[in-house]
Amino acid sequence: MKLLYFAWVRERTGIHEETWSLPEGVTTVRGLIGALSERSPGFAHAFADLKQIRTAVNQETAKLDDPVSDADEVAFFPPMTGG
Amino acid sequence: MTVRVQRDDFDPGAELDALLAGRRDIGGAVSFVGLVRDFSDARNVGALTLEHYPGMTEKALAAIEEEALSRFDIQASLIVHRHGRMEPGERIVLVITASAHRGEAFRASEFLIDWLKTRAPFWKSEETPDGPQWVEARAVDDAATERWS
Repeated sequence: MKLLYFAWVRERTGIHEETWSLPEGVTTVRGLIGALSERSPGFAHAFADLKQIRTAVNQETAKLDDPVSDADEVAFFPPMTGG
Repeated sequence: MTVRVQRDDFDPGAELDALLAGRRDIGGAVSFVGLVRDFSDARNVGALTLEHYPGMTEKALAAIEEEALSRFDIQASLIVHRHGRMEPGERIVLVITASAHRGEAFRASEFLIDWLKTRAPFWKSEETPDGPQWVEARAVDDAATERWS
């Protein structure tokens, strides 16, 4: 799967874009965040407060319990501040 | 109905002229221009950098424009949103809505800017005396989005 990180989520993980294999048994956005949080202290810091994390699956806004598959593009970012 | 995401500045007058060229069904057009301020929550802001999610940004803006079309009787619209680094006084975003009657154009304009602030994947980072700071989402902007639901 393709993973993208933006704004301070990018800064904390230290990664903008990567290819990653979805771990076996992980089927939701929430599960994916849990698996990512275990990768490094930076990832744990980025995902420490789920209220501050927004997610998009295949470029559409997604919720924590939405499904993910290994073919998806998933992006993580803070609440949007455009305009 | 057009959406553009670009690094370069835009000319609001030229954009308005281009949008309305040849139209005889428009009674009024409303244009909104968002600018970079030199202050924010009591901090001095030297400049602003807007990060975005290429691909999703265009889709999200197009979806917001679609929503405006379904809610308001507008005959033409344009959203231009910049990304990259901008200094105080520079233009960030342009929203133009045009309709046979002004009321719909005013309402659609306000709706579009309210929604795109919280639903289009842009993130602002401010250059402050204490270093760069990510702008936090504001409750007042969330409330402005919510009042349309």
